[in-house]
Amino acid sequence: MTEQNPSWQRQLVVPILAVVLGLLAGALLILLTGDNPLTAYGGLMAGSLGSAEGIGRTLDKATPLVLGGLAVAFAFKAGLLNIGGQGQLLLGAVFAAWAGFDFDLPAIVHIPFALVIGGLAAALLGALSGYLKAKRGTHEVISTIMLNFVAANFTEWLVSRDGPWKDPDGGAIARTPAILPSAEFPRVGELPTGFLVAVLAAVVIWWIVARSTLGFEIQTVGANPNAARYAGISVPRIIIIAMTISAFLAGLGGAIQTQGVIGRFEPGFNTGLGFDGITIALLARTNALAVVPAALLIGGLDAGSTLMQSRTNVEPEIINVIQAFILFFVAAPSAVRWLLRLRNAADEPEVQLAGGWGA
Amino acid sequence: MTLTKTLKGNTATIVGLIAVAVALSASYLWDDTQTTAVAARTVREAAPLILAGLCGLVGERSGIINIGIEGQMLLGAFCGFMAASYTTNALGSTVSLLAGVAGGVAVASAAGWFLAWTAIRLRMDQIIAGTVINIFAIGATSFFFVQGRTMPTVPNWPVPGLRDVPLLGRMLFDHGPLTYVAMLAAVLIHIALFHTRWGLRTRAVGEHPGAADTVGVNVFRLRYLNLAAAGALAGLAGFALLQSASAFNRGMSNGKGFIALAVMIFGRWRPMGVFGAALLFGFFNALQAQLQFKQALDVPPQFFGMIPFVLTIAVLALAGLSARPPAASGQPYDPD
Repeated sequence: MTEQNPSWQRQLVVPILAVVLGLLAGALLILLTGDNPLTAYGGLMAGSLGSAEGIGRTLDKATPLVLGGLAVAFAFKAGLLNIGGQGQLLLGAVFAAWAGFDFDLPAIVHIPFALVIGGLAAALLGALSGYLKAKRGTHEVISTIMLNFVAANFTEWLVSRDGPWKDPDGGAIARTPAILPSAEFPRVGELPTGFLVAVLAAVVIWWIVARSTLGFEIQTVGANPNAARYAGISVPRIIIIAMTISAFLAGLGGAIQTQGVIGRFEPGFNTGLGFDGITIALLARTNALAVVPAALLIGGLDAGSTLMQSRTNVEPEIINVIQAFILFFVAAPSAVRWLLRLRNAADEPEVQLAGGWGA
Repeated sequence: MTLTKTLKGNTATIVGLIAVAVALSASYLWDDTQTTAVAARTVREAAPLILAGLCGLVGERSGIINIGIEGQMLLGAFCGFMAASYTTNALGSTVSLLAGVAGGVAVASAAGWFLAWTAIRLRMDQIIAGTVINIFAIGATSFFFVQGRTMPTVPNWPVPGLRDVPLLGRMLFDHGPLTYVAMLAAVLIHIALFHTRWGLRTRAVGEHPGAADTVGVNVFRLRYLNLAAAGALAGLAGFALLQSASAFNRGMSNGKGFIALAVMIFGRWRPMGVFGAALLFGFFNALQAQLQFKQALDVPPQFFGMIPFVLTIAVLALAGLSARPPAASGQPYDPD
């Protein structure tokens, strides 16, 4: 996972093969249900890349995925697995909505204000997981998953009948009021500006990891906590910081979803983002810059699935299955080699998280 | 093992049991109907958690972390439902339910074998491998799900005579078959793990595979077999969900596979500990449901929904520091 990998071409081999094999596995499933995989994938392509509108939709879908992928990739660097992206995203989305409808500010202040409020709300949730891990030894996988359910219930309550942020004009619909136009991310043609924020975040995270002292400390803790401790790094501090930043990123993803796509908060969108983030982070080999194309790929699959369904009756859930295969192949380069009888890739970096619950 | 030694070794458990017994009796004297309802529901809600927690326990005792229990349960419930549903007309309801159990167990068990394969053969990170199972299960079960199918209802099996004992009868002896299976499984696995050759070998493989290898235990073979067996338990857990819901729903495991991991940790990787911890979580769920049903408190339902998850975190934060997992859990074993 460090920077001393062979060459970038070599590094591309496994992710690309993983995607190809994942799509092949999906094609087999589509065949099984009696549909034509070529028509299905044709619909997928047309829906995601076939028109300016489709490309805009792909970028919309990819935006929270870039940030969710960054969240997972960044935590990975510290040896942590943040599966809480879903809950963190929900908090980010609902708090950005609140900042968007309850405050009246000029756009130049309002947009970043709502964005940061959303990010900070999520960051608190991540800090809690980090604290529990660092001080109480509670494994972050468990705590982040549990907090996903807590966040789902909490955000649902906020906009429910008795909730404080319920849209008074919404009737029975559980949702917040629409955010003010001054909090909305503008679109330039079909290009959503929220996507640019996500790309900027990727660059910043890449810089933090590769160039800053904090990044060095995080990578040291991730590689070997004992060595980090002997080198004078406070491991609990790094764990809390890494989880906080990671959750902040996921929160930004939710905030942009509210400010750039939906225009308010409604419960029950983007369920599964936490898992998508893992696939994307691994596909990108936890490199922050590579997260962007990986998220575009998964976002494109998602964006095209509706057209695919209308052309062939293939359920959009096939995307999840394809993702599981991609994740499998990308996490197990040896499986790809074994399947394709490839030789000599012995120096392939395997992703290895810390095992055990206590550490 | 002498009686005194047993008593001394389990002081905490015995104190806990006495406390529960006292609380139950007091509550029963105060309000017998509600106490009986909550007690019965506690055991019913605990059943899938016991089975799923045991699945995680057998895996970790053999040295493999299983975070894919959620997915295994979902696969078990889905395949069990499909198998029972498609065979009802041909086989009749009883046999088709058995076919359902067999189908669910087989598929969840295969997922366990897959997890072992990724850990042993591919040396893949076990947490990621488990996540693959979870994503695949969510996707595949939704993809193949057909709305509107039905399956036969899983019958209730009240034990004649015992069922009529006040409180305890409804609590322990008036359940569906899988609830009994769950309680029995905890006892049997406890005996197997601590009093048989298989158990000794399994614990050795989970604590120090190198040493086990040296004395002639086939580490890899045992891990494959145990993970497949553990998967069967997760399949039963999935079918236990159908026992109360009697139809498959998308994502019906609803986090129970993850709560099972908390149950396993809180139960200190011991089968009877898992049993007790699962009852505790079952109790939280039952209490939550009863309070909500009775509308005893003016609290929004979403806050009741949070209770099990908040308590899981609280329990782990309090118990986590002193709990120690099997030493080799999560580590790939390299014989060289």
